[in-house]
Amino acid sequence: MRLAPLNITAYTATCAAGAGRAALLQALRARASGLTPNDFTATPLATSIGRVPQLEQQPLPGEFAMWECRNNRLAWQGLAQDGFRERVAAARARYGAGRIAVVLGTSTSSIGATEEGYRRLGSDGQYPPELRRPIVHTPHSLGDFVQRALGLEGVCATVATACSSSAKAFAHAERLIRMQLADAAVVGGTDSLCGSVLYGFNSLELTSREPCRPFDVRRDGISLGEAAGFALLERAGEGPWLLGYGESSDAHHMSSPHPQGVGARLALEAALSSAALPAQAIDYINLHGTASRKNDEIEGAVVAELFPARTRASSTKGWTGHTLGAAGIVEAVITLLALEHALAPGTLNCRELDPACGPQILRDNEERALEFALSNSFGFGGSNCVLAFGRSRPH
Amino acid sequence: MTGGSAYVEGIGLWSPRLPGWEAARATLRGEALAPAPAAGRPAAALLPPTERRRAPDAVLIALEVASNACAMAQRDPKTLASVFASTYGDLVISDYMCATLADNPALISPTKFHNSVHNAPAGYWTIATGALAPYTALTAYRYTFGTALLTSLTQLASDTAPVLCVAYDIEARGPLATMADSRGLLGVALVLAPERTAASRARLAWQVRCGEARDSVPRAQNAALAAGNAMAGCLALAEALADALPRQLVQSLAPRLAIELSVVPVAGASTAP
Repeated sequence: MRLAPLNITAYTATCAAGAGRAALLQALRARASGLTPNDFTATPLATSIGRVPQLEQQPLPGEFAMWECRNNRLAWQGLAQDGFRERVAAARARYGAGRIAVVLGTSTSSIGATEEGYRRLGSDGQYPPELRRPIVHTPHSLGDFVQRALGLEGVCATVATACSSSAKAFAHAERLIRMQLADAAVVGGTDSLCGSVLYGFNSLELTSREPCRPFDVRRDGISLGEAAGFALLERAGEGPWLLGYGESSDAHHMSSPHPQGVGARLALEAALSSAALPAQAIDYINLHGTASRKNDEIEGAVVAELFPARTRASSTKGWTGHTLGAAGIVEAVITLLALEHALAPGTLNCRELDPACGPQILRDNEERALEFALSNSFGFGGSNCVLAFGRSRPH
Repeated sequence: MTGGSAYVEGIGLWSPRLPGWEAARATLRGEALAPAPAAGRPAAALLPPTERRRAPDAVLIALEVASNACAMAQRDPKTLASVFASTYGDLVISDYMCATLADNPALISPTKFHNSVHNAPAGYWTIATGALAPYTALTAYRYTFGTALLTSLTQLASDTAPVLCVAYDIEARGPLATMADSRGLLGVALVLAPERTAASRARLAWQVRCGEARDSVPRAQNAALAAGNAMAGCLALAEALADALPRQLVQSLAPRLAIELSVVPVAGASTAP
């Protein structure tokens, strides 16, 4: 079914590769990775991370002290870029605070604050007093904080479907707007580095010791990162368009993708169908491309099967790391930058393309006009979401 | 604000004092005393025995109520899009993760880590049923049940297809229990359909309204049956569905936003559980 497109009237992302669109675009052009050796964990863990600098020195304004934690600091910094908060304030004046939904994705939200509470338990077995704030020990910490920070009063949900979370936020919000439950929606998400994901992915032997190398024949795992990103969806406007989306489940395994990419294919086909675009029309695909052995092999095969050789496809996780619940919005923002600036980013850190990949996988950046693009997000628990974007509205 | 309508075709409910809809329905109507708290965990017969033994409580409770709701609705779970919601997710695994990270992070169990994601029950559901249809997993703190209902009803209306809505919370453990207050196990599931069918039991007409609202509460003796669980707000709707009498309900979605539900039994629907 063809969707009525939604306009993206504002968008922004903050990650290790840069804070805001200009910095991120510059990093993409310069092929400057944000990945650095892990200095986040107290005990050594040999891996690279995409860490956003200076968060430790940037507390939330006093009025938001109740929400204080690394994840909400990152969200706050993200909201401050590209005039995003001002754009939302203008939309609030137009529509009313109750008519703007907030749908945000995260994987671990502010669990980092809970981890800290456990590290600093008092002799009474209790959290230190400054961490006795229930909201930061719930997964809705993110949605609740951003809704308050933007002064909004509409529907508010935190979507937590692991690495597809902030891509699925677009789908949730589109349905709310289509069903007249909102006139606009703030979508996106935030995930921040924490012990749970660094040691958790390490325990699954999914992290690489060196900066991740998506689609490289010798790739050996992911690099974790953190990011915040947001987009404002409205029915009309001057920005690029959300044309469609596809969602599916793998029904296969909790932490391993379906070997034939059944769910990925379903999500791609549904995204094309809802955007009313044939595969031949897709100029660029921002891939999930985690640099795990399996993901890239399966995703590359599905892309080779569904898309023509002229479609360009790349993973940008060599710039940002895998930002988990924020990957959907960060890569949506990179895709929108690609459309607006006629730049198909390549696959950073990929030295020798896996010969199993099709001709679509792009290693080097390519300057070319792009009209229609997709962004893939596939998560733990077999949750898949593909977003379809257009530089302009199709006729 | 706008709204819509849907038909309830299947209901799943489980807590130690309300172990399954059949027993729960009589208890919620005041026709039977609640049984003594069930020993042990929900059966979740969908899972093979070895997986069931290892499965976390959050997975068992969600799968138990989801499969019971689908069975009552006579819908193949494979075909249903689903919305899974929990205020806190897996509080037991969160306690394990944070305690292990504080003690010796290198000992984190990979299985516990991948079960720690908020969408673990949804993931296990799709694996157990072979459902390729999309699911989502969400939270909205105090507004989780209302938001789960709204998300399900919105998806049903926008896709004109039935939706499975599953909401649950489990008991908090360790120091986290002082911040995330939830006791016992409670899960509820509804199969919602856009059109009336032979399986329809009740019609839900809904509307979203701005302004402060007071959440509907069940009768005191029913509220006591799952008191302290973060998902206890679902019992008002469960009671209305058990009573099989028309009833108006309110669930908050935000401090100044609420969904109003009008629950009307479908004439001629089987009154048996």
